[in-house]
Amino acid sequence: MARKISIKQAVNEALDQEMARDPAVICMGEDIVGGTGADGEKDAWGGVLGVTKGLYAKYGDRLMDTPLSESAYIGAAIGAAACGMRPVAELMFIDFMGVCFDQIYNQAAKFRYMFGGKAETPVVIRAMVGAGFRAAAQHSQMLTPLFTHIPGLKVVCPSTPYDTKGLLIQSIRDNDPVIFCEHKALYGIEGEVPEASYTIPLGEANVVREGKHCSIVTYGLMVHRSLEAAATLAKEGIEVEIVDLRSLSPLDMDTVLDSVTKTGRLVCVDEASPRCNIATDISAQVAMQAFSALKAQIEMVTPPHTPVPFSPTLEDLYIPSAAQIAAAVRKTVKGGKS
Amino acid sequence: MSGITPIIMPKWGLSMKQGTVVSWLVDVGASISVGKPIMEVETDKIASDVEAPDPGVLRRKIANPGDVFPVKALLGVMAGEEVTEAQIDAYVASFVTPVDADDDEDGAAEQAWQWIEIDGIRVRYARRGNAEGGKLPVLFIHGFGGDLDNWLFNIDAVGAQNPVIALDLPAHGQSSLTLAGTTLKDLARFIAKFLDAIEVPRAHLVGHSMGGAIAAQLALDAPARVASLSLIGSAGLGREINAEYLAGYVAANSRRELKPVVEQLFADASLVSRQLLDDLLKYKRLDGVSAALTELAAGLFPGGQQGELPVPALAAGGIPLQVIWGEEDRIIPAGHAALALKGIKGAKVTVLAGAGHMVQMEKAGEVNALIKAQVA
Amino acid sequence: MTSKNPFPLSKEELLKCYRTMRTIREFEERLHVDFSRGDIPGFVHLYAGEEAAATGIMKHLNSGDRIASTHRGHGHCISKGVDVVAMMKEIYGKKGGTGNGKGGSMHIADLSMGMMGANGILGAGAPLVCGAALAAKFRNKGEVAISFVGDGASNQGTFLESLNLAAVWNLPALFVVENNGYAESTARDYATAVDSYVDRAAGFGMPGITVDGTDFFAVYEAAGEIIQRAREGGGPSLLECKMVRFYGHFEGDAQTYRATGELDDIRANHDCLKKFNAQVTAAGVISAAELQAIDQQVLAAIEDAVQQAKAAPLPTLADLTTDVYISY
Repeated sequence: MARKISIKQAVNEALDQEMARDPAVICMGEDIVGGTGADGEKDAWGGVLGVTKGLYAKYGDRLMDTPLSESAYIGAAIGAAACGMRPVAELMFIDFMGVCFDQIYNQAAKFRYMFGGKAETPVVIRAMVGAGFRAAAQHSQMLTPLFTHIPGLKVVCPSTPYDTKGLLIQSIRDNDPVIFCEHKALYGIEGEVPEASYTIPLGEANVVREGKHCSIVTYGLMVHRSLEAAATLAKEGIEVEIVDLRSLSPLDMDTVLDSVTKTGRLVCVDEASPRCNIATDISAQVAMQAFSALKAQIEMVTPPHTPVPFSPTLEDLYIPSAAQIAAAVRKTVKGGKS
Repeated sequence: MSGITPIIMPKWGLSMKQGTVVSWLVDVGASISVGKPIMEVETDKIASDVEAPDPGVLRRKIANPGDVFPVKALLGVMAGEEVTEAQIDAYVASFVTPVDADDDEDGAAEQAWQWIEIDGIRVRYARRGNAEGGKLPVLFIHGFGGDLDNWLFNIDAVGAQNPVIALDLPAHGQSSLTLAGTTLKDLARFIAKFLDAIEVPRAHLVGHSMGGAIAAQLALDAPARVASLSLIGSAGLGREINAEYLAGYVAANSRRELKPVVEQLFADASLVSRQLLDDLLKYKRLDGVSAALTELAAGLFPGGQQGELPVPALAAGGIPLQVIWGEEDRIIPAGHAALALKGIKGAKVTVLAGAGHMVQMEKAGEVNALIKAQVA
Repeated sequence: MTSKNPFPLSKEELLKCYRTMRTIREFEERLHVDFSRGDIPGFVHLYAGEEAAATGIMKHLNSGDRIASTHRGHGHCISKGVDVVAMMKEIYGKKGGTGNGKGGSMHIADLSMGMMGANGILGAGAPLVCGAALAAKFRNKGEVAISFVGDGASNQGTFLESLNLAAVWNLPALFVVENNGYAESTARDYATAVDSYVDRAAGFGMPGITVDGTDFFAVYEAAGEIIQRAREGGGPSLLECKMVRFYGHFEGDAQTYRATGELDDIRANHDCLKKFNAQVTAAGVISAAELQAIDQQVLAAIEDAVQQAKAAPLPTLADLTTDVYISY
């Protein structure tokens, strides 16, 4: 039976169902339980935003609070994965990747290849991404291109509760390292999610809105901003198609190309910083593979090339808006004004 | 006001709240007969033609292409020549969209469905329709890989006349993902238990595809419970079945793979919308569905053929039987329809042109009329 | 006539340990020669002179125990049971190598033997070993995991974090500092603030031991103690093996950072194989002839490994893009 739950609940449910199904699944991270070693309540936090709350009561020691040492515990999750477990490690904010990145990109990502296909590293690293919380420069980045760039890593960034649960279950069952991005501004959004366990394949994009005039290719929070822009544009008679990539690596270029071939126009919307981001990657691939289908120049909508500002007025200007997305679409539509 | 017939937004399926008018298929002044397609409407589940339930002359178009209207809203007006424009204006102005009986404060579609547990299997079902009038309920049984929404275009139309019930079979739709056996006898027994549980001692059965074979089996095993049978594109008459379709349906793991498979169900492939495929994928991606469907197919269709043929055995029973088929059925050949006539007294057979396996969707108006006639 | 065996290992086991150490020695010496001839691509970091440490520790382990090594990993691989021919093929970059030629000397691994890889990132193995030890704890069969680092990486953040994590979670993890006095060209005494690794261990909440890493029996005894403690749930320990390396940091290193005569002194007076040889023959447990017989067999085995490596095919374009994702 499907019912409405939030992305936060979808993450919790996916972890719950996989931990129930497979004893090899363990979770670790800072404060994912909360209260360890202290005299008060255990499971005091259940994660800094409460995402893992309640799991400790069911699975006890299979959830481990860690010391403040990302290198050690992200590396431990990777090492345990190489030894047959299925750890789900939480990197609280993806911004913290700097202190443990070697374990992710030089170790986990490369074992399978360097060891001639004889190693599997079925680790999932969950991390919060994105801006909008006034959390300032070091707690608000996307950084998705940095992980997408690394051969051997899979990168997933869902935008709905249904996608979140299915992709997280699939990521846990996947035998390669997966960076599972949870946009902090989307935790509260709700949607229909089956109670039963289900999976969504990695590397499959979703067309969340069909339209014939322009293709918007995007992911994460920007899917929702694009839907707002689409509603505005529909009143002007412009129907946009929105492709939610869902997986950044592996990437479903077929769905992107089908869409651009149909509409002839492309706007890439990416909350990651503009240099070398996902938007530039998609734009280049479309320019190479579907040039003759294009009726207009490709447009990209991204934040400016700055750290994420703190002040609310500035942060709101930083994050691409529905108006900016609509303006970019209009630029591609013949005769449209920007 | 007499002489005026409203054209209203139909309700297709239990969760439909509104529809988008795509286009009118007739002009003002056109004479419309029953069953004539008069407009194309799109919902978030499917797009289809609205067929005229009544005859008349189209006098006013209210809806424009692109407009979104709630279910039962006024889309247009038919009226006799004697009715004046002023009278039509007055009618339109005073028309109030009836509240959808399924809507309550929550507007929750969940209210349309009920749940019941049978042998440890949680079954989703819908029960609605005209309870006054003292007619026996009509139970709709869907086919392999389907769910109660296969009866999207039928349940309300027949429900205007009889009480109607539709269920998700075990391991289908939103029922528990556990099989209740893989033989027709097992499944018929399950249906009987379901009817017991919802306190329906006797009903008319309408079965599609595998659901038809189940209905026929129940008629054999418990004839006292079955008032009549309407078998649509049904299994249980002949050996042939499109095993490649069954295997392809189970194996398809993406929209790209599923589309050509599902298109085989229809004469008009354009009915296979993105939303239809997405809904099917959501079901197929549930843990356990592939295994359950594989096991069911292996049980019912071993070696790629229909294993059990209950319909010919109905000859002795005397239960009123009608068989409806789409002429372009690529799953179970339309030739099977005639087999029903063998030795079954009074059996009615209708083969409809321009429809495939999902004839109850593609020719809903005609199928609904045939069912209503059978269960009246 | 053989005398009573005063050692903690039987004669047969002593001979096995000697064979292992001799295999490491001849493997590395042969690489030294072949590398200088230009036969071997990339870089190699030779374990010659350090054999007693790897062998004395690994003697206590079986395939369920895991280890993670350093860039100087051939000795750990051989003593953990990784196939010598496959190792040589990997170093030559050939198909049939431990990584089918895709890893190279610094990334030799054999997970089936519990060898989680040599590593090009110093200190990176320590967190991985915490993970292996965590998995061992869940499996609950008394298995352990050992992280080898050099004196250089003993200052790496990953290593220090791992000491703490292992102590906090009471993991069956052991940390071995192979202190050969140099991190590349930089002396240990300069780069490390504490003289005593026992003190460092205490600072991180675990017991520490220091041994002469060129004395097989000293290593064997100390390792046995800490491994047994870990198996019984007593948690992590740190073992420092003071040792020497015969060659430079990498092959091609001119080693001008060493004092004059230092290398000769090392070969003459700190050769762990010579020491082992002297100890077992003096005790009358093993004869010189028996050891020489093993020497000959090992040389022949290394020669065979080199020939097989040279004959093995190189990977092709088709191999370039395999082994990145499993297909699903």
